[in-house]
Amino acid sequence: MADVAIPRAKPSMSEGGAWTQLKHNRNWLGFWFMVPAMAFLIFFLAYPLGLGIWLSFTDTRIGRVGHFVGTENYEWLWDDSIFWLSVFNTLLYTFVASALKFAIGLYLALLLNENMPFKAMLRAMVLIPFIVPTVLSALAFWWIFDSQFSIISWSLKHLGVINQNINFLGDTTWARICVIFANIWRGVPFVAITLLAGLQTVSPSLYEAATLDGATRWQNFRYITYPLLTPIIAVVMTFSVLFTFTDFQLIWAMTRGGPVNATHLMATLSYQRAIIAGQLGEGAAISSAMIPFLLAAIMVSWFGLQRRKWQQGENND
Amino acid sequence: MSSVQIRDVRKSFGNFEVLHGVTVPIEDGQFVVLVGPSGCGKSTLLRMLAGLENITSGTISIGDRVVNNVQPKERDIAMVFQNYALYPHMTVADNMGFSLKLRNASADEINKRVKRAAEILALAPLLDRYPRQLSGGQRQRVAMGRAIVRDPQVFLFDEPLSNLDAKLRVAMRTEIKELHQRLKTTTVYVTHDQIEAMTMADKIVVMHDGIVEQMGTPLELYDKPDNQFVAGFIGSPAMNFLKGHVRVNGVATFEGPNGVKLPLKTAPAASDGRPAVYGVRPEHFTIADDGAEAEIIVVEPTGSETQVFAKIGGEQVVAVFRERHQFNPGDKIRLKPDPSLVHLFDEATGKRLNA
Repeated sequence: MADVAIPRAKPSMSEGGAWTQLKHNRNWLGFWFMVPAMAFLIFFLAYPLGLGIWLSFTDTRIGRVGHFVGTENYEWLWDDSIFWLSVFNTLLYTFVASALKFAIGLYLALLLNENMPFKAMLRAMVLIPFIVPTVLSALAFWWIFDSQFSIISWSLKHLGVINQNINFLGDTTWARICVIFANIWRGVPFVAITLLAGLQTVSPSLYEAATLDGATRWQNFRYITYPLLTPIIAVVMTFSVLFTFTDFQLIWAMTRGGPVNATHLMATLSYQRAIIAGQLGEGAAISSAMIPFLLAAIMVSWFGLQRRKWQQGENND
Repeated sequence: MSSVQIRDVRKSFGNFEVLHGVTVPIEDGQFVVLVGPSGCGKSTLLRMLAGLENITSGTISIGDRVVNNVQPKERDIAMVFQNYALYPHMTVADNMGFSLKLRNASADEINKRVKRAAEILALAPLLDRYPRQLSGGQRQRVAMGRAIVRDPQVFLFDEPLSNLDAKLRVAMRTEIKELHQRLKTTTVYVTHDQIEAMTMADKIVVMHDGIVEQMGTPLELYDKPDNQFVAGFIGSPAMNFLKGHVRVNGVATFEGPNGVKLPLKTAPAASDGRPAVYGVRPEHFTIADDGAEAEIIVVEPTGSETQVFAKIGGEQVVAVFRERHQFNPGDKIRLKPDPSLVHLFDEATGKRLNA
């Protein structure tokens, strides 16, 4: 495109017609190329975000235009114990699931980085939970954790470990464990495969050098692998935390926030209040309340885990 | 410091044998260079010495201890890698002190030894830098510093200069040799560059296709190569080879391509008419009236010497002259090899024929 644009740019300057300018000026041409991306971002990200924040300051309901009510929605939420329960649930869910996803993902990545038979096949298999649509896997878990037909209860009963079915999704503690388990199952492949990619960028000669320097396998990990992996860990865990914090599908398909709101996350509570109950303003306020938490998570990775000194350029060659 | 004995060592990857029984004795304090074309097994041998590859059969001993089943870290060796393998997230000082840290040496001890090594290698001002902030030559020195700090029995170098530019390579060559003269640590050095081998080694081991072709001092290999491979590998420009037959009728001569007569000092016993390969180094030609007729193709002056590419009996040869001749392409000259310095090899086996 550039070689077409350059010769035409000059005459368009002298002709000066506004329409010709728009068609041929190089700056405008650049603008036209950006329009699709900009439109996408504005319509699907900026506009909904702005609208959500605006709605949170109104008393809009479904089917009725609302009025500006200031921070009334937020004041209501401040005194709402269910909202605070959902905040607690979200933090618990995010923290436990992310920590375990990191631990299991790192373990799997290290395992898959070893030389072993069927390596390529095993690596592909690890990705399966990531490929299955979320709602499908949630439905599968729903059955696995069903109060009557759970395969786990069935197996344990036949092994003689328990006498009656475990009420997986009916008991508050069990329900939390179950949804966290499902989230981990789904999130581990992302962490594992990304960390595996990171592991493969570490030059094998570094391990050889460390081995000759006297490092044990653990010391190899502690002093070579882990420090070299930190930049990737930072990125992966930021994404993982963001995805987990905003999770909706798994919860909604498995428990709808129950029992007694024990698994209600901010996202599901927001949906319930805004769409099911029709209180768009209040739901939007719950959604908007997630923003500070998400920003905090990004800040932690940005300032705490950003590029290390040893990664910065400054070649003296 | 220690001697190293490599006895009948073999290495197979699956069914594919890459080293076919290699025996190399290395004396205490010697600088030994393993040299050969790529794929000859020299790096594999070095890695087996380091303990990074298993030994399929045979033994390797360091000092009087067989190390076949000794862990790399217990072999008391230090290795400099081709890509230096510096830890990118550690400063120069930490890179050099890492092995001591792993051995739980005290901070004082680490500091002292790192400082000493840094002084030897002129790295003192760079101790707080990260590898990324260093030039190629500096990284190379840090890699050597990491080896020196450990004060090992044996230094191993795996093509350490091949990532440097030509000028730096020459400088580092001298630096490594000087370092060896100072520390007198037994050193095994792998390279594919015969000039590096010639200039640095106490003893050169020429390897080819998984066997040792010849070992000896640089000048032994240059003056008396055991076979045509070593003759062609050592020396630059490479030795000229002319195929032909030995003729003995009164005087021994060599009948080269298209009947060209070349002088021989003595012929091997009962060798009249024997097919052979006549080897002569470019610097052993002189211009003489009784020389073989040659037609000049290309003249390449380098300043200190002039390389002349010419055809003798239709075969291309190269001659090197330190004196300045006025040659032009197409000129006919007479090139005479010095008969006391020519080499004769068996045509089939490549083995040396003359004494």
